[in-house]
Amino acid sequence: MVINIIILIALVTAALWTAMTTRLLRSAVGLAITSAILSILIFRLASPIAAVFELSVCAGLIFAIFIISITVTQRVTPEAFETRKKERMTKFWPLPIIVIIAAVVLTQIHFQTTFNLPAQTTPNDVKIILWNLRHLDLLGQIVILLTGAFGVVILFKEWKNG
Amino acid sequence: MVNDMSQLFWMCSIAGFLVFIIGIYGLLVTFNLIRAIIGLELLTKSVTLFLILAGYVTGQTGLAQALAITLIVIEVVVIAIAVGIVLCVFRHNRTIDAQLLRNIKG
Amino acid sequence: MLSLFLLLPFLGIIALNLPVKGRRDAAAFLYTLSLSIGQAIVVLFNPGDFWAKPDFWGGFFNLGLYADNLTFVMLLSIGIVVSTAVCVGWQTISDHRQRLNFYNLVLIALIGMNGTVMLTDIFSLYVFLEVTAISSFILIAFHRDLNALEGAFKYIVLSALATVLMLTSIAALLLFSGGTSFAAVSAAVKSNSGNVIVIIAVSLFICGLFIKGGLVPFHGWLPAAYSAAPAAVSILLAGIVTKVAGIYVLIRLVRDVFGPISEISSVLMLVGTFSIIVGALAALKQDNFKKILAYSSISQVGYIVLGLGCGSPLGIAGAIFHLFNHSIFKSLLFVNSAAVEKQTGSTDITKMGGLGSRMPYSNATNLIAIFSTSGIPPMAGFWSKLVIIMALWQMGHFTYAAIAILVSVITLAYLLAIQRKVFFGILPQELKHIKEAGIWIVIPAVTLAIIIIGTGLCFPLLFKSFLMPVSSFFK
Repeated sequence: MVINIIILIALVTAALWTAMTTRLLRSAVGLAITSAILSILIFRLASPIAAVFELSVCAGLIFAIFIISITVTQRVTPEAFETRKKERMTKFWPLPIIVIIAAVVLTQIHFQTTFNLPAQTTPNDVKIILWNLRHLDLLGQIVILLTGAFGVVILFKEWKNG
Repeated sequence: MVNDMSQLFWMCSIAGFLVFIIGIYGLLVTFNLIRAIIGLELLTKSVTLFLILAGYVTGQTGLAQALAITLIVIEVVVIAIAVGIVLCVFRHNRTIDAQLLRNIKG
Repeated sequence: MLSLFLLLPFLGIIALNLPVKGRRDAAAFLYTLSLSIGQAIVVLFNPGDFWAKPDFWGGFFNLGLYADNLTFVMLLSIGIVVSTAVCVGWQTISDHRQRLNFYNLVLIALIGMNGTVMLTDIFSLYVFLEVTAISSFILIAFHRDLNALEGAFKYIVLSALATVLMLTSIAALLLFSGGTSFAAVSAAVKSNSGNVIVIIAVSLFICGLFIKGGLVPFHGWLPAAYSAAPAAVSILLAGIVTKVAGIYVLIRLVRDVFGPISEISSVLMLVGTFSIIVGALAALKQDNFKKILAYSSISQVGYIVLGLGCGSPLGIAGAIFHLFNHSIFKSLLFVNSAAVEKQTGSTDITKMGGLGSRMPYSNATNLIAIFSTSGIPPMAGFWSKLVIIMALWQMGHFTYAAIAILVSVITLAYLLAIQRKVFFGILPQELKHIKEAGIWIVIPAVTLAIIIIGTGLCFPLLFKSFLMPVSSFFK
């Protein structure tokens, strides 16, 4: 339980840093760290395959997408950076306070419940469920990947007028 | 045992909820388009946690993992399209600090 | 054989992208057009036992699709609106490669929408809503001009917010149900009806659907997306995409899955009424043809939600009928805006006038669509609004009924302002050379106008045999 609580605190802290840090690049790194911590948590919640996906896709692939887009778009002079830092401090100072207050209030509530479920009729195995029982989702995923390919073709194809 | 499970569920829910607040706040306060996408990512992280947690406490980890994997695949495509649109905006304006998001909130 | 509605478009996408020489854009046009018209015709002549037949590949795919009368109404509207958008796209997009990309994305949107109306699983629902939404994002940003990119980005942000709410709700419902199928969720909601988590889950899901459907507190993305999108895409979005993604799912879930919960009904009626009023008042102030239509869309969707919130079988029948009518007349209005935009190069109605003499077909069909939207007999829109108002009256919601009637008058006012400023009046000197838009805009416009009048005239026949059975699944 203690380990879980440490992981959860780390998760929230990483998310907070992601939102608050001034440099966009650090924000992307923070997001990857949040993903990595989340994947540890998912692994501890008896879901190893989803944890692997979270780690490789979210902390890996999405991090790469963000890094590429940030290096393409970001050109900040030091003076602009200083003013932006001040702006962000004025905009973001309430966030940690809100988070801490919410955390304190919510941990005070004593939540008690039991989880009763109707008897399981399907096997509890991710491979069987994903490949044998959810064909419609698989079809949807294939179509979405196709859509992504079309989107990349349409959005990134060379521009005629410079 | 039931008590332990209940406590773990509540702790994880609180963490997911806090990440959700951080994501919403980041989304609403920023004018930078990439930061808005990062805010959306934080929201998706909290949802992934909720799904896995629901599967864990009810003993349906197989189903929850199948759903989470589908969610992650879709998430990547959405992020790729959103980043593509941001890069197109950048080619027009040479900046992504556009005030695009201002009138969403109205 | 329901899976054909998904597999034929899918196979089409694969076949169209094989590296073959020749006019692939023409092939794509013909394939998409015949597929969507075919869908409308097949559904209209509903060969009952054909659907019940098992798929010919036996049990290899297990898609778990299901269709009732509500599904067939939606499949019919999808077929009609998609074929309209396909025709207009051929006329308004000139580049061969862009046309091919456009038809590929339309086919993907078709898969997404057909899947959404046939599936029976709350998580697959999320997957297919995302298929529809992602193809719409790309379609809005299709020409990559700045306004369209802005509209697409807004849509992405709000749509992602909506899916996050829905997924949170699905996670919460998983705590009580043993699976994600409609049956399991429905049973779980019924057996835990007083539970706080269930109530929060249901309201989160409905909140997400309000965002997707563009209802009033969450309508910020809709005018930007509709007005900035390319002409053919606006038809697709306004005519059917947001109706399937927001309103159909709302009807399906409230009617069949969550069951009639009285708090939800009152929230639906309140949100519907606000949408009706806010949409109509905002439309009065606009000068842009497509923006007026976008706000009008918010207002008309409000009527559908009001009928749904009423909860009686008559109200739900009216809501579904208005959903169908709305997809027809709003598509027709957007077809005419596409014709005007293509011929004059602008959507600013203050700069136009007198186009009626130059574009007689657009003029006449636009008038028919306006009469149907604002509920003038004997157009189709009159009957659906009448049914909704009668249902409200029967259930004793007199204030809501009065507001619904009053806003109909405002609807007529702002739509006739379009007609007056664009088609009537004096033709400005610089628009003297204007001609009727091409054949692929006139044909769908006339067809849609005939559908509006035909539905209106055949209403007494349709009502007993077609519409009341739609709501008879309500138990």
